[in-house]
Amino acid sequence: MRDVAVVAFAQSHHVRREQRRNEVEMLMPVLHQVKTDVGLDQSQIDFTCSGSTDYLAGAAFSFVMTLDGVGASPPISESHVEMDGAWALYEAWVKIQTGAANTALVYSYGKASPGSLRDVLSRQLDPYYVAPLWPDSVALAALQARACIDCGVTSVAEMAGIAARSRRSGADNPFAQLQGSDDPDVLLKEPEIASPLRRHDCPPIGDGAAALILAAEDRARELADRPAWIRGIDHRIEAHGLGVRDLTSSPSTRLAGERAGVGDGPVDVAELHAPFTHQEVLLRDALGLGDGVALNPSGGPLAANPIMAAGLIRIGEAAGRIRRGEAQRAVAHATSGPCLQQNLVCVLEGNS
Amino acid sequence: MSGGPLVLPEPLRDLEPVRSIRAPARLEYTFTAGEATSRFLRGIASKRILGERCPVCGKVMLPPRGSCPTDGVPTSEQVELADRGIVTTFCVVNVKFSGSAMELPYVCASVLPDGADMGLFGLIQEIPFDQIRMGMRVEAVWVDDDELQPNLASIKWWRPTGEPDAPYESYREHV
Amino acid sequence: MGKERVAVVGIGQTKHQATRGDVSIAGLVREAAHEALADAEMDWSDIEAVVIGKAPDFFEGVMMPELYLADALGCVGKPMLRVHTAGSVGGSTTLVAASLIQAGIHGRVLTVAFEKQSESEAMWALTLPIPFQPPLVAGAGGYFAPHIRAYMRRSGAPDHIGVLVALKDRLNALKNPKAHLHEHDITFDSVRESMMLWDPIRYSETCPSSDGACAVVLTDEAGGDASDYAGRRPAWMLGGAMRSEPTTFPGRDQVDPVGGRECAADVYAQAGITDPRAQFDVAEVYVPFSWYEPMWLENLGFADEGKGWTLVEDGATQMDGDIPWNPSGGVLSSNPIGASGMIRFAEAAMQVRGQAGEHQIDGARRALGHAYGGGSQFFSMWAVGADKP
Repeated sequence: MRDVAVVAFAQSHHVRREQRRNEVEMLMPVLHQVKTDVGLDQSQIDFTCSGSTDYLAGAAFSFVMTLDGVGASPPISESHVEMDGAWALYEAWVKIQTGAANTALVYSYGKASPGSLRDVLSRQLDPYYVAPLWPDSVALAALQARACIDCGVTSVAEMAGIAARSRRSGADNPFAQLQGSDDPDVLLKEPEIASPLRRHDCPPIGDGAAALILAAEDRARELADRPAWIRGIDHRIEAHGLGVRDLTSSPSTRLAGERAGVGDGPVDVAELHAPFTHQEVLLRDALGLGDGVALNPSGGPLAANPIMAAGLIRIGEAAGRIRRGEAQRAVAHATSGPCLQQNLVCVLEGNS
Repeated sequence: MSGGPLVLPEPLRDLEPVRSIRAPARLEYTFTAGEATSRFLRGIASKRILGERCPVCGKVMLPPRGSCPTDGVPTSEQVELADRGIVTTFCVVNVKFSGSAMELPYVCASVLPDGADMGLFGLIQEIPFDQIRMGMRVEAVWVDDDELQPNLASIKWWRPTGEPDAPYESYREHV
Repeated sequence: MGKERVAVVGIGQTKHQATRGDVSIAGLVREAAHEALADAEMDWSDIEAVVIGKAPDFFEGVMMPELYLADALGCVGKPMLRVHTAGSVGGSTTLVAASLIQAGIHGRVLTVAFEKQSESEAMWALTLPIPFQPPLVAGAGGYFAPHIRAYMRRSGAPDHIGVLVALKDRLNALKNPKAHLHEHDITFDSVRESMMLWDPIRYSETCPSSDGACAVVLTDEAGGDASDYAGRRPAWMLGGAMRSEPTTFPGRDQVDPVGGRECAADVYAQAGITDPRAQFDVAEVYVPFSWYEPMWLENLGFADEGKGWTLVEDGATQMDGDIPWNPSGGVLSSNPIGASGMIRFAEAAMQVRGQAGEHQIDGARRALGHAYGGGSQFFSMWAVGADKP
């Protein structure tokens, strides 16, 4: 396997509603930032891959317009997944492994503000048996949280602690949408919105974009002093039917983590794509992360959750810690689908 | 690998199987035009066609989208264009789409306004459809002033100006 | 470090038709996947990863359907990716699957592409109102017709060329049991007299709207050798590439897109092709409106600029011509949009494996598979051969 590293990362300031700019305009400064950071223009980038979904944009072929922000003439080698940008990163990493590219630009974005996100996400569900019931994303997460609480995996108090910690970390992150939090006992006085979930257990809805640059081997060393090397990356999916799955554990995360080699060394920091508080507990357990690991120092998805970019941002944030010398070994995780159906795990390390 | 024929329990055997369901879905979206499109549409509402020039290649984009598709850089320099230009290519449409009030056949064309380096799609009217040709010079027909809105429907259609056709070489690269 | 060789050892397709009311979306993809696995003499458990591709989710009304299809495609515990590059997606999906093998990450990958257009309303989804742009035309044909007119103007091609292509592809389809359209009574006149939809595109020169799926099993070199040894000749990948361009920009050539030329050049360089017309035995090319055959003949280097239509008129692309194009009947005879690109790639592989039955081109040993999408802006292509590269 070739050594591939994250050499640049940028994200937009995540906001509830980006009212002035459309998706392309929101994305463009982020694309410019990463290219400028490493001094590459589009013609020097061997492969480009993006992640986004039409259902957020409310338009078919919505990813096409973002090419205007990339500068795709002369024509570029480019692909797209209708998934979180973390999977676009995976496709780009594979491309580099084949030897057909040495550098790759990966980007993703999502504006959840145009539509009703909870209803939009219900369109991901089995179209014959489940989607016609319109179960919204918060209700489904609540089902999972209830199962977790009932079998002692977590408690509402622990969940409130996770919410407070995350948003306080968000206060140190200039890009986060939510910055700061009340104490957990204050949070627990709020009414439930979908039992057992309270507002603080849910991610914010917002608009945002992110991009990063991957480079291989010597190219990475040329472009960055401290590349964040991808030591392992793997992703797995579980069954779709919620009744078929054990919602109190995350076997696909466990398997992806094993394949990515999480346990091969100490983990300093983990960026986990847990949009709901109880899910952080599940993921932490699945990855075998002990008390010494700093969890979501960026604030995580509880501080900013731009759909389709949140997973890529976990990888970018983890890479950032390594690149700034704040961590030597990091784990980043991304999820897709209802109740953590699909999971990707990435292990990053600094120079040895 | 594939199972055998399905065997139903006794009480279900005489029932008609469900072969399909109708599951209507409705989602509402509020779209943001974005800064570039907003400038363009506000221009349209005052009967102006505004393109944007790229600082790198110098070309004028229409309709402007805030960036140069070739160079990937922001474009903010506004360029006012004429509301007359050339038909670079067209097609005669014989199939309606739902909600359309157009009488068939009608002609949809790419119109290159003078000064622009890219064309706009629009309807051609006030000429029999079989006389429309590439290179024909046309001008925009706007709605009445009190009907002007920030959207492209403010240009009802394009009609021939009567000027001589533009020579092929002058618009060749847009064909 | 070199790329691992990629072999095609199993291919499956559904019978494409306007409405497959007999299967759910899951049933549709399983039908193709079953056939590919059976062809490869493998079971679901032999597959290490699945790559699925399809066009806009609004066509079926299901957002990110790979989530729903995980169970149906035996993906539990496996990696699953979903590619979407507009109309070229069937091709790019295959290339992404191939890259997993080239990179040495997996040895056996199942790739599937589908569209069940009857579930939603494809015409509506293709012309979903774009915010702040009043709709002018219905259907993709309204977008492509002006560019076809531009080709006719540039090349001086006579009016009947499009009719010849439509007739050829639909007659070829009669030899392909999987094709959607089987028009036994089609004639030159019946095509020419069919209704003009978006002049110059006639009804009979337009692709249908189909439900359909295609699946391919790809393996590494060891898998290809094993298949060969067992008497099931693989197709070997000789080259593959993708290119994208923005939809419009000043000076954009929509008739002979630079992206198409460069994508082909990349594939040809990998496959050692310097004269495509002479060195390929057959090509499966994405032609959704008949005039795209002469246009793509030029764009892909099979004919000089302005001369593509002469190959059509001379019969060069007929099944008994020197460079048959679309013996399967092509997109003009079956168009489940998300699958169509993979069908082209698969049909090319079927030709060099000798498994195309009645529409087999005798002795085919090298074939081109091509797909395009969007406003003639996304291209994915591969070359396959009967001999290991």
